[in-house]
Amino acid sequence: MVTKTPSLRARGILEELKRCGVSHIVWLPDSESTFMYDAIHNEPSLTLVPVCREGEAMAVAAGLLMGGKTPVVLIQNTGFFESGDSIRGICLDWKLPMLLMIGYRGYESKPMTDSAGIYLEPMLKTWGIPYHVIEEDSQVSRISQGFREAQSGPRPVAILIAREYDQP
Amino acid sequence: MMDGIAALGILAKERGDAVVVTHMSTGHDWSKVSTRGELDLNLSGAMGKASSFGLGMALARPDVKVWVFDGDGSLLMNLGSLVTVGAMAPRNMVHFVYENDAYDTTGGQPTPGAGRMDFAAIARGAGYARAFSFESLEDLQNRVKEVLAGDGPTLVVLKVPSGGRRPPAGLPRAAESFAHIRELLAQRVAR
Repeated sequence: MVTKTPSLRARGILEELKRCGVSHIVWLPDSESTFMYDAIHNEPSLTLVPVCREGEAMAVAAGLLMGGKTPVVLIQNTGFFESGDSIRGICLDWKLPMLLMIGYRGYESKPMTDSAGIYLEPMLKTWGIPYHVIEEDSQVSRISQGFREAQSGPRPVAILIAREYDQP
Repeated sequence: MMDGIAALGILAKERGDAVVVTHMSTGHDWSKVSTRGELDLNLSGAMGKASSFGLGMALARPDVKVWVFDGDGSLLMNLGSLVTVGAMAPRNMVHFVYENDAYDTTGGQPTPGAGRMDFAAIARGAGYARAFSFESLEDLQNRVKEVLAGDGPTLVVLKVPSGGRRPPAGLPRAAESFAHIRELLAQRVAR
C-alpha cells in the first residue's frame, strides 16, 4: 500500500492569509519558498515587498502597520536570527500585532545540516513569542489562530513552516 | 559643513503635514525645531531601521509625505535598505541623512569610510529618483523647495559637524507615537 505524503500547498497558505485580511507580504526568499513566490506573484490582492536583509522586514512591516495596512513577514529561521534587534526593538518593545512566518530549516523530520533547527524554538521561548508549527495543508488554520493571538495581544506571533512549499 | 539644528529649522518650515521619523541624534535636534510633534516618531531602538520603517509607512499611505531623518552611522548599518527603497520607489518619501562622519551617540568615533564615501552617489546607484548633498545653509535655503517638490524617493545628505552625545530630549516613546500617529492617519482620509 502506498501512503500519500501530505502536502503543504503555497496557495493554501495564501488563502489563509487572505482570510486574515493580510495586505502585504514583506519577505526575503529562502531555499524552500520557490513555489510561494510564484503563488504571491500571481495573487493581485497581496503586495509583495522584497527586502535585502531580513532585519529590514520587521521595520517595513511596522511602517505598514502604522499606515493602516496588515502585513506579515515571511523569512527563514536563519533570517530570524539575523533580525534579532529589529524583533526586540520594534516588534516586542512596541507590542506590535505582527505575524512572523518563519521557514523552519532543520526541522526534526529533516536531516540536520547545521544548527538553524536547534536554536529557533528556544529563542522564540526566550523572547516570549508564541508559535505554531505547520507541516501540512490540514494545519493552515493555525495561521488564523496565530493572527488572532497577535491581534488580541497585541504581540508578535510566529508561524513555523516546517517543510518546503508544494506547487500552488 | 553647516549647523545641524539650523539646517533642520529650514526644513521644518517646509514640512506641512509630513510624518517625520527621526533616528539617533536627529531625534534630539529635530525636537528643537519641530512644531508638529504629534506627527513625529523617534525610532530609538533597532538602530539603522529608520529608512525601512519610513518605507513601510510611505507604501501604506502614498497620499502622505514621509520624511526620514537618518544618521550616517545608522544608515551604514542598513545600507541595503537603499536598494529596497529604490526598488519599491515610493514617490512620497524623502530620506535625509545627517552626515557627520561620526557615531555621536557613542562619543564621536569615526564611521567607516568617513570622508571617502558618497551617500548621494550610492542612493542614485540604488535606484533613488533623486539625490542631493548640502554643505551650506545658504545653499539648502535656496534649493529647499526644489528638493521637496519633486517625486521621490529622494535622498538628501546634510553635512553637519559631529555634535557629540545629546542630552535626553524628553521625546515620547516610539510605541506611544506609533499608536497616536496611526490613529491620526486613520482619520486623515486617503485621497
